[in-house]
Amino acid sequence: MTIGDRTPNPRAYDAVTGRTRFADDLTFPGMLHARLVRSPHAHARVVAIDAAAALALPGVHAVITAADLPTPFGVIPWTQDEHALAAKARFVGDPVACVAAVDEQTAIRAAALVDVTWEVLPHVLEPAAALAPEAPRVNELAKHGNVTKSVQLAFGDLDAALAGSDAVVAASYDFAGSTHAALEPHCAIGQWDPAGGLTVVSTTQVPHYLHRELARVLELAEDRVRVIQPPLGGGFGGKSEPFGHELCVGKLAMMTGRPVKLRLTREEVFYTHRGRHPMHLDVRLGATRDGRLTGCDLRVLIDGGAYASFGLVTTYYAGQLVTAPLRLSAFRLDTTRAYTNKPPCGPKRGHGSVQPRFAFEVTVDRLAEALDLDPIELRRRNCLEAGERTINEFLVRSTGFRDCLDRVERASDWKRKHRQLPFGRGVGVAGSFYISGTNYPIYPNEMPQSAVQLKVDRSGKVTVFSGACEMGQGVEAMLTAIVCEELGVAPGAVRVVTGDTDLTPVDLGGYSSRTTMMAGNACLRAARDLAARVAEVAGADWRTRPPVEAFRVAEARLGALGAVGSYDTPKDVHGAYRGGTIGASPAYSFTAHVAEVTVDVETGQVRVDRLWVAHDCGRALRPQIVEGQIEGSAYMGLGEALFEEQAFHPSGLHRGPSLLDYGLPTTLDTPDIVAMIVEGGDPEGPYGAKEAGEGPLHPSIPAIANAIHDAVGIRLDALPFSPARVLAALTPRPTGRS
Amino acid sequence: MRSSDGSLIEVHLTVNGDAVRRAVPPERTLAELLREDLLLTGCKQGCDQGDCGACTVLVDGRAQLACLTLVVAIDGATIETVEGLQQRGRLHPLQAAFVAHGAAQCGFCTPGMLLSAVALLRASPRASRDEIRAGLAGNLCRCTGYVKIIDAVEAVARGDDEEPAP
Ligand code: FES
Ligand code: FES
Repeated sequence: MTIGDRTPNPRAYDAVTGRTRFADDLTFPGMLHARLVRSPHAHARVVAIDAAAALALPGVHAVITAADLPTPFGVIPWTQDEHALAAKARFVGDPVACVAAVDEQTAIRAAALVDVTWEVLPHVLEPAAALAPEAPRVNELAKHGNVTKSVQLAFGDLDAALAGSDAVVAASYDFAGSTHAALEPHCAIGQWDPAGGLTVVSTTQVPHYLHRELARVLELAEDRVRVIQPPLGGGFGGKSEPFGHELCVGKLAMMTGRPVKLRLTREEVFYTHRGRHPMHLDVRLGATRDGRLTGCDLRVLIDGGAYASFGLVTTYYAGQLVTAPLRLSAFRLDTTRAYTNKPPCGPKRGHGSVQPRFAFEVTVDRLAEALDLDPIELRRRNCLEAGERTINEFLVRSTGFRDCLDRVERASDWKRKHRQLPFGRGVGVAGSFYISGTNYPIYPNEMPQSAVQLKVDRSGKVTVFSGACEMGQGVEAMLTAIVCEELGVAPGAVRVVTGDTDLTPVDLGGYSSRTTMMAGNACLRAARDLAARVAEVAGADWRTRPPVEAFRVAEARLGALGAVGSYDTPKDVHGAYRGGTIGASPAYSFTAHVAEVTVDVETGQVRVDRLWVAHDCGRALRPQIVEGQIEGSAYMGLGEALFEEQAFHPSGLHRGPSLLDYGLPTTLDTPDIVAMIVEGGDPEGPYGAKEAGEGPLHPSIPAIANAIHDAVGIRLDALPFSPARVLAALTPRPTGRS
Repeated sequence: MRSSDGSLIEVHLTVNGDAVRRAVPPERTLAELLREDLLLTGCKQGCDQGDCGACTVLVDGRAQLACLTLVVAIDGATIETVEGLQQRGRLHPLQAAFVAHGAAQCGFCTPGMLLSAVALLRASPRASRDEIRAGLAGNLCRCTGYVKIIDAVEAVARGDDEEPAP
């Protein structure tokens, strides 16, 4: 295995034989099962909880409530506004008590016996209503009414830029909320050892942040807490912050002295959520006659749900991340995240920026139409170049966006299709960029964002210890490939240990597309350091012989062989303005999509016939895995475009918290996706690599929207593009071709 | 065959070739029996209500959702799970194709997906791409966009992937 070859993912053998041990596959002697008691009301104070009947049930060991876990927590240190168990429920499904019993059935029965006296309060579901002065206060720990965060930034002279434009398009968009629906439901197991402390096994993308919050909320020294993260059955951002249920199993394990497992039901996963925020977006975008973009004005109202989650960052991303790949001469953003009495929203693949990307790319399409320009050509005329800074001062060290456009244009036969297919069929294009990790960690500190330890022994085996999170995206394969490349060992001689805070050095987690950049660079540094020391004693030509021979010489001469490497982000490249650090990344990936669709004007049904996706990941360390990320991203965007919505009744009740009602795309809804890798290399990435896991989702939705317009002449500005919406937009008759 | 307290029922099954005899309560699902009693945790529970296909196993050769199957209703049945797919330590051709094509990302859907594919190719060894799409429509995958899964099954159906992976 070397960089760039197609050797299979080393984890695949476990996957196909059913040997991957996910959190819920683990059991421990004496293990209890826990169950949460959830609110049936969208907003209600807990007046009293009577647990006597539950505790009287044989097999019940403990019931805990808000009073047992009084410390507020939250992933962002500045907005810690939730409790493991709420004293006031803020959405239907908010947990207020937790029961531990000998088995799951008993726990379910006991949870039903917990008697909660509620004082029902008026609730608010829509962000605009939540911002009104008379609105009920959703979260008392919020600093300003029902506002999580509000951001106003301006770059360049927007009014002058728009006044000097030959065309200005103004449009409004409504992005429906969606959820991750990783196939594996969340699960956590707490274990207490009075001597060693607390161990929590959990489906978390962020073992390190969970570690910190467990210690803080449970009042344990950090060195008395261990977090183990087994391989995840998908994450997509839905497991990337500490959760109340993780704190509950810790508390219950400490109280009972027994291991305690809590796995969420599928219905509960819909309440736990932290998925894509619904947003209302108003965009104005100008251009000159010859197709130069001028100014962009973006206003976004964000529906946050009941808790902050990553909302502070979301509020910045919702504005900050539309400023590439196309160059703007002026930009103004005004984004506000409001609290509402719904399950909290958070980071879903393409955190905060998929929604404005949809609005922006459809607006670009409108502008191309207004200027009578080909939308690919319009984008080409405005590409930022490598070395340039965006209008909001992000440094773009590398960009393959032009190549991405060329590739999708050619592969889709765009020139013969756009505005030329028969009525009912169309093609659409969209582009995007995304971060490869963030330059600044979530809590301020000057330590590296990722570290790797390598251990080599005389058997020839190399063990990699990394705190990075394996969730199917290929961390183990990526680290293995780097070690094989640098040390010349076979993949079978590499063992990767991840996700255990006792065994692995800190990595901040599997979020914001940071892992290849950060864990990859840390691993590369460790491996090169080790290789240099081996070369010193075993000779510069040591790679020409079996590596184990050189390792033995090195161990004999130098003692135990190991190395550490760490990576920290550049801290000198961002705007000096407040918020300029949010969105600043070591490198940016670029993507272009072309979608081809068929619209049935009788039924309103949209079928995506094919998606062509070209993604600039700098360098594909594992091309097959990169393709998988591109395909999975495009599919996930397609689901949001056509089917998915986290929707609620006026009472605040979720309309369909099941995989069937929610409507995920199946094999029959998903077309063949043509994934194309563009490799230009980035100076900061390991071997030039940038991210591939989130960027390729962004253009899916606007490309499909633009294709629908090409097919039948309608603009769908609200998600999802359901048959009802299509039919409504088609009446009266469209102005499209006939 | 109720046990003395009347709450348990004895069933006989053949699971991956092994004879299994168990006394189970009437509400015990096959998914629970496999995962909790037999520790065959390759059977995954993504929803427990028949929506995702992750718990798919073969019951008398037919792909069936273990989360919706009551153990008492299949007394005498032959069950195949992902743990039984390998023959003499060699991967089943579909398993090998999933590895070679990168069809598994997180792997949570993979066992169910494989068993649906096994049932499909037993019934229709030369299944076309469209037939494969239809045959796997009850199995959700959130990671792959299905592309490489369908590629893998198609490769086996076309006989492209004769070489099992090591
Ligand atoms: S667990 Fe059986 S169908 Fe989802
Ligand atoms: S590989 Fe993760 S759900 Fe299919």
